[in-house]
Amino acid sequence: MSGNNVGDKVDANSTLNSKNISLPMSRVKLIMKSSPDVSSINQDALFLTTKATELFVQHLAQCSYKNGSGKEKTTLAYSDLANAAEESETFQFLTDILPKKILARDYLRSLEERQEDGDD
Amino acid sequence: MAERPEDLNLPNAVITRIIKEALPEGVNVSKEARKAISQAASVFVLYATSCANNFAMKAKRKTLNAGDVLAAMEEMEFERFLQPLREALEAYKKGQKGKREASEQKRKDKEKKTDTEETDKSKEEEEEEEEEERMEEEQEGENEGEEEEVEN
Repeated sequence: MSGNNVGDKVDANSTLNSKNISLPMSRVKLIMKSSPDVSSINQDALFLTTKATELFVQHLAQCSYKNGSGKEKTTLAYSDLANAAEESETFQFLTDILPKKILARDYLRSLEERQEDGDD
Repeated sequence: MAERPEDLNLPNAVITRIIKEALPEGVNVSKEARKAISQAASVFVLYATSCANNFAMKAKRKTLNAGDVLAAMEEMEFERFLQPLREALEAYKKGQKGKREASEQKRKDKEKKTDTEETDKSKEEEEEEEEEERMEEEQEGENEGEEEEVEN
């Protein structure tokens, strides 16, 4: 009853339109319960959270894909996500887990510069 | 970030499918991007839960309900989700209600049969079969949520 086989019969469009959901509610419930102060969760609330998470995944993927370039992209890359997190207000809460990546040598260089400033 | 235990992550296959369906056909998604979206989704659940819980606590309730979750979405500036969520919830509740009514109806039918019929043995066999069918349907319904297909 873990719901892992939920996805088997779901059509391509059903995640958008029908009551059917692909993500297992049991797993979502586990995550919700790890939040402090949460005692119990009504079944409808669990359903809504699961469905909302699916909508969120779609939204994040689409926004990140469309972000910036305007060119036809063939691959959605990590940097697209990091950019979306930084540039969009709605995704601000993700900036900690989707940090922009910089080259190690650039980071070391900026560290050195900071130390030099400190010495003065 | 430190490695999280498996059970606080969402299943990769499902996340991947949702992403692919959201993007134009033929677009690839890097493994890193997939993993990041999955983690973002977990964070989303936590953020939404915490937000919904605030609404519940304000109302002095200990149980999170649907209204709290919807209020959280608005608070988090995901108003675009509200309409699809409400519609999905309606369909979900109908499905749950249909399941309950179906099993109640079968119970009523059984009662009628035991009242009017005197041959108990054959009826017992029928009842057992119906019980099994019903239990299977309930299990399938819980797993897939596609009650419409399951009902005869």
